[in-house]
Amino acid sequence: MASGVKPRVKVPKSAAAGEAITIKTLISHAMESGQRKDKEGNVIPRSIINRFTCEFNGQSVIDITMEPAISTNPYFQFDATVPEAGEFVFTWYDDDGSVYNDNKSITIA
Amino acid sequence: MDFSRRDTLGLALGAAALTVLPFRVNAAAEDRIAEFTGGADMGEGGLTLTAPEIAENGNTVPIEVSAPGATAILVLAMGNPTPGVAQFNFGPLAAAQSASTRIRLAGTQDVVAIAKMADGSFVKASSTVKVTIGGCGG
Repeated sequence: MASGVKPRVKVPKSAAAGEAITIKTLISHAMESGQRKDKEGNVIPRSIINRFTCEFNGQSVIDITMEPAISTNPYFQFDATVPEAGEFVFTWYDDDGSVYNDNKSITIA
Repeated sequence: MDFSRRDTLGLALGAAALTVLPFRVNAAAEDRIAEFTGGADMGEGGLTLTAPEIAENGNTVPIEVSAPGATAILVLAMGNPTPGVAQFNFGPLAAAQSASTRIRLAGTQDVVAIAKMADGSFVKASSTVKVTIGGCGG
């Protein structure tokens, strides 16, 4: 499912240097598990996002490997340290090879 | 109806396969754990797995894992058709080794989390979740 995928990320606009902030991410995706069957009894093939990464200025914050047991519209909440002003890069990797991106800049208050 | 020698053998094989199948599912989970830990012993404590006691809808069960000082956390749903749920790898900029997400559970079962600590040791935590409506279709 490569159409209609929309990543949404919530990051504070600014933070104190070294402060821990909470990041929430949500991406719209059916996350077809490969277990369900359609009306004719055929198995609907698996189609999920299998990996999510978050980086800040090139350094890794979190790297999540996902399996079919992750719910539709995968949601993640985690904490990140902000050592300096910069940009968070969020990347989702789909089974079909698509890559979805979102960026959020943060300033030091 | 008469059973030929061939039929009888076929039946016996089928029955044997049926009894082995439930173990196969567990074996998959065991394999996944062995792959993650490398067969190392798992301790207790230092890892918190927060999951509801009763989940009405198995399609979205909120869970949270937290293990201060961990480098990676593996989450497994022991009763799902495929036991793997997710693996969280924490980078140098992770402020806390914790994350929350929403998972699917096929039925009432144990959810297991295993954390790999910075010193290479492993800790395990598990939580039983009662599921009213399963979340794997079918």
